[in-house]
Amino acid sequence: MAEPQDISAVGFGEDLGQGVALIPAPSGGLHQLVPDAGDVYATSSGWRLAWREYASNKLALIALALLILVVLFCFVGPIFYHSNQTLSNPLDQTQPPSAAHLLGTDENGFDELGRLMLGGQSALEIGAYASLVAIVIGTLYGAIAGLVGGVLDAVLMRFVDVLLSIPFLIVVLVLATKYSGTVLDISLVLGIFSWLVPSRLVRGEVLTLRTRDFVIAAQTMGANRRRVIFRHLIPNAMSVTIVNITFLIADSILALALLGFIGFGLQFPNTSWGDMLGNAQTYVTNGEWWLVYPVGGLLVIVVLCFNIIGDALRDAVDVRLRRR
Amino acid sequence: MIGYIIRRLLTAVIVVIGVAAITFAMLHYVAPSPVYIVLGTKATHRAIEVWNRQHGYDRPEIIQFLSYLNNLIHLNFGYAYKFSQSVSALFKENAGRSAYLSGTALVLSLIIALPLGVVQAVKRNSPGDYAATAVNFTLYSMPSFFLGLILIQVFALDLGWFPPGVSDTVTSTFSAITHVRQLFLPIITLALLNVAAFSRYMRSAALDELAQDYIRLARAKGLSERRVLVRHLLRNASLSTITLIGLSVPSLLAGNLLIEILFNYPGLGLLFYNALTNLDYNVMIAYTLLGAILTVLGNLLADITIAAADPRVRLG
Repeated sequence: MAEPQDISAVGFGEDLGQGVALIPAPSGGLHQLVPDAGDVYATSSGWRLAWREYASNKLALIALALLILVVLFCFVGPIFYHSNQTLSNPLDQTQPPSAAHLLGTDENGFDELGRLMLGGQSALEIGAYASLVAIVIGTLYGAIAGLVGGVLDAVLMRFVDVLLSIPFLIVVLVLATKYSGTVLDISLVLGIFSWLVPSRLVRGEVLTLRTRDFVIAAQTMGANRRRVIFRHLIPNAMSVTIVNITFLIADSILALALLGFIGFGLQFPNTSWGDMLGNAQTYVTNGEWWLVYPVGGLLVIVVLCFNIIGDALRDAVDVRLRRR
Repeated sequence: MIGYIIRRLLTAVIVVIGVAAITFAMLHYVAPSPVYIVLGTKATHRAIEVWNRQHGYDRPEIIQFLSYLNNLIHLNFGYAYKFSQSVSALFKENAGRSAYLSGTALVLSLIIALPLGVVQAVKRNSPGDYAATAVNFTLYSMPSFFLGLILIQVFALDLGWFPPGVSDTVTSTFSAITHVRQLFLPIITLALLNVAAFSRYMRSAALDELAQDYIRLARAKGLSERRVLVRHLLRNASLSTITLIGLSVPSLLAGNLLIEILFNYPGLGLLFYNALTNLDYNVMIAYTLLGAILTVLGNLLADITIAAADPRVRLG
């Protein structure tokens, strides 16, 4: 089904919302928007509105900038700051910061600053992969439950209830006793148990969307179920999903840190910030502050940034929903 | 109301059985039999086979699960091979100490978070509000063990006010309660983490209530601001926290887990940690089940409490 040109020109995509009625204008085939409440800005799209709202939030912009800096630090940093991260060096064990090692070395003689970059790579990768797994499963599951409805919906959602009542960290730890060590393993373990909340959100969104006129219109025109789900329901439920992704990434990075601290982290030569903090108690007691506070600080900053961005996105998307 | 509670309890039982099935299946996947804990990793094939047959680990999974369920109904959680004790005895011994840690931390955090949220809402957008929000947000984004480490650094190592961990002499619930200095840091760490979660909600709940007519009326009839805030605002805004406490049971349990590991405090969390590193099977299932039961009960209790506290809520 091609999108009617005049509607997308107005900028709301296919979803016009309930507050706005589209009626044919009496003069010459043009369509006119008749809002029943509030103002409708006919020229800017919903997403542009959301971005404008987001950009007006200074804190959120700072968080975004900081996050980009951290990403660059982790992935581009190793190109400029060379350090040996594969061969341990017994002569260089636990040295305090110096000109040769800007943040000192750990008990294996690895350069801490370089290790920080390496650990950041796996933290960010696992955050991204785990949230991707969760969002894909959650979106499909929620969309199917919401659209089909009836007995299938009830069964699917009760299953989610059961899984939700198992505390996340506990179940992840149990699985991590067998599956940990590689980025892929941990991403899957985290992702497989974090799709529950997204699936509920998407289902709720689909339930309200499926009674909307544009979905009924698509169905009347003979669109099959797959087309309705992928072309109409999921794109329109996207805003909820995008907000949720940022929180999922934050939670996954936190969970990864806890796993590493408890001892179910990544295998050598790979490392994560949590693994680096695994012996933090000893470091603190020995006064080896450079092995604790840079890692912990960076971890908190990254999670904080994702949480701030998520909050701001939620407000921004709210604006989009309110204005349309 | 009674009918509602009975119906919810029945659903809870079904959910717990579901959780038991999922955990059981998962653990069987991770470690099909606890034989290696008992006989060691160097046991011969033959010995392993015999042990598995003797203890029923060679039966089909579904039969094993049904017999596990049957034991559960009789409140038999099995044997902890690593600890050479029954799981129920172990849990009975450790549960008191964990409950003491979580309970005091929860009460302390409510005492701090409820007034803090109200003050933040009344003085919204003031420097104090921004500072409190910033601190809360940072604590919220912090792994629990890292906050604990910072507190150890400051209060135990730099200032020397409290010991950095719980000593091995704390072996009973009674001694945990009497050793206030040793338990100060774990309790404060856990309480601060809860404050971060609760006061955020409390602030927004108080903001919602502040806009209500009854607050305006209370002020219009000349009540002192203190009375308006304490008698009217605080009480109504606290309602939403009831639900939050019910929902925070899993995170309380998880928070406990890390704090107990960090401070070497002998509770259920530390027990689970030791079971994890040894793959002690029945302890792992029982702890997961306990988590699920507490979660379900927490939700149920929150719903009932809120209906009792707020007559506008009708349970259906």
